[in-house]
Amino acid sequence: MDNIVFGQYYPSNSPVHRLDPRVKLLIVLFYIVTVFFVADYAMYGVLFLFIVAVALLSKIPLRVLFRTVRAVVVLVLITSAINLFFTKGEELLFSWKFISIYKEGIERAIKLALRLILLMLFPSLLTLTTTPMELTDAIESLLSPLKVIKVPVHAIALIMSIALRMIPILMEETNKIILAQKARGADFDTGGVLKKAKAMIPVLVPLFVGAFRRADELALAMDARCYSSVAKRTKYKVMKLTVADLVAALFCLSVFALVFLNKYLWHFDEMILSLFR
Amino acid sequence: MSIEVKDVTYTYSPKTPYASTALKGVTLRIEEGEYVGVIGKTGSGKSTFIQHLNALIRLQSGEIKVYDIDLTAKKPDLKRLRGTVGMVMQYPEYQLFDETVEKDVSYGPKNLGLDDREIKERVREAITLVGLDYEDIRDRSPFELSGGQKRRVAIAGVIAMRPKVLVLDEPIAGLDPKGKQEILALVKKLKASFSPTVIVVSHDMDSVAENCDKIALFSDGEIARFASPREIFYDDELLAKTELDCPSVVKVAKELSRLGMSLPSMPVTKAELIAALRERRAHG
Ligand SMILES: Nc1ncnc2c1ncn2[C@@H]1O[C@H](COP(=O)(O)OP(=O)(O)OP(=O)(O)O)[C@@H](O)[C@H]1O
Ligand SMILES: [Mg+2]
Repeated sequence: MDNIVFGQYYPSNSPVHRLDPRVKLLIVLFYIVTVFFVADYAMYGVLFLFIVAVALLSKIPLRVLFRTVRAVVVLVLITSAINLFFTKGEELLFSWKFISIYKEGIERAIKLALRLILLMLFPSLLTLTTTPMELTDAIESLLSPLKVIKVPVHAIALIMSIALRMIPILMEETNKIILAQKARGADFDTGGVLKKAKAMIPVLVPLFVGAFRRADELALAMDARCYSSVAKRTKYKVMKLTVADLVAALFCLSVFALVFLNKYLWHFDEMILSLFR
Repeated sequence: MSIEVKDVTYTYSPKTPYASTALKGVTLRIEEGEYVGVIGKTGSGKSTFIQHLNALIRLQSGEIKVYDIDLTAKKPDLKRLRGTVGMVMQYPEYQLFDETVEKDVSYGPKNLGLDDREIKERVREAITLVGLDYEDIRDRSPFELSGGQKRRVAIAGVIAMRPKVLVLDEPIAGLDPKGKQEILALVKKLKASFSPTVIVVSHDMDSVAENCDKIALFSDGEIARFASPREIFYDDELLAKTELDCPSVVKVAKELSRLGMSLPSMPVTKAELIAALRERRAHG
């Protein structure tokens, strides 16, 4: 059996890939908070350079990274448009019938677009450099303090990892069934929406039947090996913090600190602008 | 009328880190009426190859011509192709979907755009051919049948399209000895009725040796040899190179000759082995 991976994971053996997934996850959480505190263009630039640097370090081609933005292009365009047309400000630039565009509107539209793109890019680096299984382990480990208040953290993590493991299997299964029905002359590409939806029935029925069969088999197999979710168990891959993790965390946090310092103390933008005045 | 495959190369997920080349310059020619076995280690490209034959996988490079249908064309006539080449995929019983056996089997002919009377006629014929009782089974749900019955229904779904070429991917995998014999006998019957050309992927060397006129031996995405079972199973160097197991008849013959009882011929089927043993006894 091939080593099946799915989603975005981009295999490579870079320092970023090797970082402890818990550290990566926490850094991304801090990053997301930070993005909401970015006040000016200079800081958007800083964060952008930061992301490019991390991408280079993780040996991910920039082409692959920027492809992830495609998923949110429509969202970016819509939110920008709404902000462009509905922001009222003081400096009216353009007015025609009921449409009026203010300077503030343009600025807000641009900043929102930049913010959404930044919000997409860095977390993508997390999923590009970390396998879903590592992420689940990281979440389980980070949530484990909740065990004290009787949250079934292990069971939740198990459900997550089984679901994750099932996705590629189901995708493979779907492909196989589609091929088999194509061999019987099925046509999935022509016709209207209704016809296309109807053409999917011969794929969906066997898919569901198969999914339930698999779920049954898995449950039986786990029972047969006396699986219990309360038993104390060890991990195959033990997560250990290393010096590299510490360095990465310090580096990222200091970049994020720049954003806050800029917003509340330095105001880079105004400094740069004042040079031109 | 033949199937011509020329220099076909195929790579899965090209231009990604997961790219893997499954076929490397495969060339062969299958004549109408041949029973061809496709064998080789797991991962050697057998399934990838046969899926090319009815354009389930689109050509990346090379040429394929099935009868008079040219798969190199920009828009090959897929409907006619899929009516010509019937493909029974691995574990076909997992592709059943409709409420009744009759409806399920008529899915293929319906997609070919045949009229209702013709469809009904073909469905009855196909179900009877695979050895099931049409009147008894037509209104039952395919999901309540036994494994062997399901597989027969699935095969009926393909032969109801009356393909000239029948392609089967490991049709006897996961069946008991009796089930295996039944399916193999069924394939023979189909070959005699309206699918004169049969191509079977198999890991079961005994059945390959017993039934096939020719064998395409795949190794690492290439055709290591396309020849008769005798030429392949008595070529020890080739067998070692491709890590191939021998059919039991050949094993017996080789063991006999190792013990100094060499046979007058090189048998690959049971009948041939018996004949050779008889001849040996008669002459000495
Ligand atoms: N959907 C796919 N995506 C990527 N690689 C694939 C895919 N299907 C097959 N491969 C790869 O292509 C190669 C040939 O696979 P193929 O399924 O043709 O082998 P096979 O000879 O049919 O093997 P088996 O006897 O196990 O069925 C293998 O290395 C396999 O890993
Ligand atoms: Mg295969």
